[in-house]
Amino acid sequence: MKILVCISSVPDTTTKITFTNDNAQFNSTGVQFIVNPYDEIALARAIELSEGGKGTVTVINVGEAETDPTIRKALATGADDAVRVNAKPRDAWFVAHQIAKYAKENNFDLILTGRESIDYNGTQVAGFVGELMNIPSVSIAKKIEVQDQTALVDREVEGGKEVLSISLPCIIGVAEGVAESRIPNMRGIMSARTKPLQVIEAVEVAELSSVTKFETPQPRGEVTLIAANEPEKLVELLHSKSHVI
Amino acid sequence: MSVLVYVENTAGEFKKSVFEVVSYAKAIAGLLNTDLTAISIGTVDPSNLNLLGQYGASKILNVNSDQLKSFVSHSYASVIASAAKSENSAVVILSNSFSGKGLAPRVAAKLEAAFAPGAVALPEISGNNLIVKRVAFSSKAFAFTELKAANKVLSLTPNSFELKVDQVQPEIIDFDPQLTNDLNTIIKDIVRSTDKVSLADAEIVVSGGRGLKGPENWGLIEELADALGAATACSKPISDAGWRPHEEHVGQTGISVQPNLYIAIGISGAIQHLAGVSASKTIVVINKDPEAPFFKVADYGIVGDAFEVVPQLIAAIKSYKAG
Repeated sequence: MKILVCISSVPDTTTKITFTNDNAQFNSTGVQFIVNPYDEIALARAIELSEGGKGTVTVINVGEAETDPTIRKALATGADDAVRVNAKPRDAWFVAHQIAKYAKENNFDLILTGRESIDYNGTQVAGFVGELMNIPSVSIAKKIEVQDQTALVDREVEGGKEVLSISLPCIIGVAEGVAESRIPNMRGIMSARTKPLQVIEAVEVAELSSVTKFETPQPRGEVTLIAANEPEKLVELLHSKSHVI
Repeated sequence: MSVLVYVENTAGEFKKSVFEVVSYAKAIAGLLNTDLTAISIGTVDPSNLNLLGQYGASKILNVNSDQLKSFVSHSYASVIASAAKSENSAVVILSNSFSGKGLAPRVAAKLEAAFAPGAVALPEISGNNLIVKRVAFSSKAFAFTELKAANKVLSLTPNSFELKVDQVQPEIIDFDPQLTNDLNTIIKDIVRSTDKVSLADAEIVVSGGRGLKGPENWGLIEELADALGAATACSKPISDAGWRPHEEHVGQTGISVQPNLYIAIGISGAIQHLAGVSASKTIVVINKDPEAPFFKVADYGIVGDAFEVVPQLIAAIKSYKAG
C-alpha cells in the first residue's frame, strides 16, 4: 500500500500571534515552526499502517527551502521519502492543486492529512483534493483501519460518530485519537539525512481569495472576582449582567 | 440569482445552528438585494421545512432520494453545487459544523468558488468581492479574507450570529439533482450519544482540568453540567491521561468552542487551551491558584478549591433554577 501524508509547517503551539506590515502579514520573527500537530498524528498512523513491509509512506509539503527541517523531521519520524513542492503555500486551494497533481501521477492508495492546520484552520485540503481527484474524502476521522482495498473510518459527526466503509483511493483528514504522535529516535534522525527529498516545481493556480488583514481578539475587561463562599453572587451576575443563564 | 443556504437536518429536525445559518444567509441576501433559497437533503417533514420561512428563506429545494438517505460528502456536494447552478446562486452558505466542514470545500471546488471557512460576522461588500472575517490561528486571531472569484462559498462558525426572525411564507419545491457520480462510500453504522448535550452544539460548557485530581472526581463536573444543561469538556492533560475521551479535549489541538458560557474548573489556562475557548462569550474560572493565567482572560473568577466551591455553586444554581 502506498500512502501519501500531506504535512504543513506551522508556528509552534505556544506562539503568541502578532502581525506586521499594518496587520497584513503574520510576524514570523523569532517563531519556531513545527510539523502541524494533526499532520503528525496522520504521519504516525501512516507509519503504523505501513509497518512490517505492508507499504510505504511518502510525505509531501508545499513550501520554500525553509521548510526542509520540518520535512526532515517527518523523515526522521519514519516516512520513507519526501517531496517538496517549491512554492509559498499561498492558500489551501493552491496547496490542494499541488497535492492532487502529484498524487494523480503517483497512484497512492491512501492520502492522509491533518484535519486542519493550526494556523489557518480551514479544514479545506481533504475536501479540495478529494474533489480535484474525484475520490471520496473524510474531513475529520477519529479512527482509521485498512482492509484490502477498503478503509474503515470513524467520522466525527454532531453528538457522535459514523462508521464508514470507503473504497480506496481516498483522502482522510485525521483528528486526535487516530494514533499517538511519534518522537524521532537517534537512528531515525541519522537515517533521515540520507532519505530522498525530491524538490518539484509548482503548477500555476488562479488566485480566488486573499487575506487583506488580520486582527487580534479584543482583550476582555478586568476579571470580576467573587468570594469562594458566595457562589450565588456568580449565579446572579451570570443571569442579570451577562444574560447567559 | 439568489443566495443558497444548505440546511442540515438531524433525524428530520433542524437545530438552532441551522436557523443561525439561515439568518446569516438572509442577511447576506439582503446586502446583495436578492432572495434566499434553502436546500434540504433527506427526509424532513414539510412542517419543519416551513420553519425555515421564519428566518427568511422564501424558497426551499427539498431533495429526498433513496440514494441520499445518509450523509456522504461527495454526493451531497454534487447536489448542492447542482442546485447552485440551477438557481444561478453565486453565493452559497453552509454551517461550519462537522458535516459542513466535509461538504463546504467540495462544494467550493465544484463551483470553482472562493471559499471562506469559519466566518464569524457579516461580510463587507467591496465591488464584486466579499471580505469575510474568519477565525485563524486557532482563535488567537481573525483573518479578513477577500473572496475574488465570481462564485463564493462561506461557512458560518456556530454560535457566532444571532437568530433574526424575518417571516416569509416559503415555497417548497421538490428538487431532483440527477446524480451520476457515485463514489463508493457506505455508511455501516451511526453511533450517537443521545443522553448528553453535544459539545459542538452546547451553549454552556463545563470543563475540567488537572485540578480535579483524578477521573473518579469527574462526577463534580457532570453534576454541574447537568444543573446547567451544559456539555462537558476537558483540557489536554486530561484526555492525554485517558481520564476523558479525546473528543472532549478543548484547545488548539482539540476542538475549538465558542459557547455563551464557558466554566473552567481546575484548568490553569495554558496558551494552547485558551486558543480553543477564547471566543466564548462569557468565561468563568474556578482555580485555587490566584496566579493561574486563566484569570487574565476570564470575566468572572473564584479563587478557591474546586471540591469546596463547585458543590456550593451547584446548590446555588439549583436554587436559582427552582425560582
